[in-house]
Amino acid sequence: MEIVALKILLIAILAGIMGSILGLGGGIIMTPALTFLFGVDIQYAIGASLISVIATSSGAAIAYIRDGITNIRVGMFLEIATTVGAITGAIIGGLIAPNVLYFIFGVFIIYSAILMLKKVKQELPGEVIEHPMAKTLNLQGEYYDKALNKQVSYKAANVFSGFGVMYGAGVISGLLGIGSGSFKVMAMDVFMKLPLKVSSATSNFMMGVTGAASAAIYIYRGDINPIISAPVALGVLIGSTIGARLMQKLKSKTIRKLFIPILLYVGIQMILEGLGVKF
Amino acid sequence: MVEQQQTKFPQHAVNKAELFVSYALRVGVLLSATVILIGLISFFLTGESGYTGHSYPTQIKDILEGALAFKPFGVIMLGLLLLILTPVFRVGVSIWVFILEKDWLYTGISTIVFLILCSSFFFGK
Repeated sequence: MEIVALKILLIAILAGIMGSILGLGGGIIMTPALTFLFGVDIQYAIGASLISVIATSSGAAIAYIRDGITNIRVGMFLEIATTVGAITGAIIGGLIAPNVLYFIFGVFIIYSAILMLKKVKQELPGEVIEHPMAKTLNLQGEYYDKALNKQVSYKAANVFSGFGVMYGAGVISGLLGIGSGSFKVMAMDVFMKLPLKVSSATSNFMMGVTGAASAAIYIYRGDINPIISAPVALGVLIGSTIGARLMQKLKSKTIRKLFIPILLYVGIQMILEGLGVKF
Repeated sequence: MVEQQQTKFPQHAVNKAELFVSYALRVGVLLSATVILIGLISFFLTGESGYTGHSYPTQIKDILEGALAFKPFGVIMLGLLLLILTPVFRVGVSIWVFILEKDWLYTGISTIVFLILCSSFFFGK
């Protein structure tokens, strides 16, 4: 029992590091690891992933906010879209066949991965045409990039399409109960043209709120199993603290190279799910 | 381009309000991690979960009662509950911080998020 808990803890540390660097919840690593390696019931694995999302978010945000990477205003403004989206998802859940949505979102993710592939050599967004709404909402910002050793100022473009994709991210998490970190990063990186590090840190920051909104229901349903979730929570908190320091020293190009294969993996998985292929 | 050679981070990059939000998150994380760790260690030391079979508390009231009676699984669940509440607490702290900054636009935005978040507990049922 102790040995299993220790193994889960070690994998959770890894999930926390990856999740905090990429702005994903770590569920992508945690759910398959728990089900395949430890034979945990999918119900408890999903419950533990939700804990992992919340732990990554809060654990990483401590350092990301202190170091000025997170854009709190962007996060707060876009949280309106994700939370309304999450409620929409919960409401329409019974009305639309989920496999159609899986398919559509899967195609969208692949499309975004291709858009990202075009930016693979780009370290910073460069000159961006600021959206008038971005000025009104004070979405511009700056941060100190530890990899480039310089202060980076940035502006936000395409506020409406970013807001729209965020709404979609919320719908997915409400409807399919999966982490929509990849959508959040894309909305900010590809559409709003924010620096990748800011997108990742802000996605991390936002994820905790979306996760917390559904977590209470998971507890009531008994999906949060203490003996599985406890080592996950502790490991992810340790991992995300390490990851939030590590990410700042990485080049954005490197982070992007880690991110694209994961996007493709998630996209293909969703398309297959939409086509009814089980694995 | 202006050459910038700074060993220290510029003061204006992170304002006091943001540091306060970071601090609030640290309190939440450290508190919940400590409670989870205490519960986990006491479970491994005693071999007792405090509950029959593989069961554990799933209602807020039972979790609180179990934690007060120092049942290991009750303590762990309390820690997990505190972890889940940390982001909600963070949104609450943000509202307060924006009020202190007299940033009414973002006081409004944070309040809207907080209200939607609260209402999601009803829709999710």
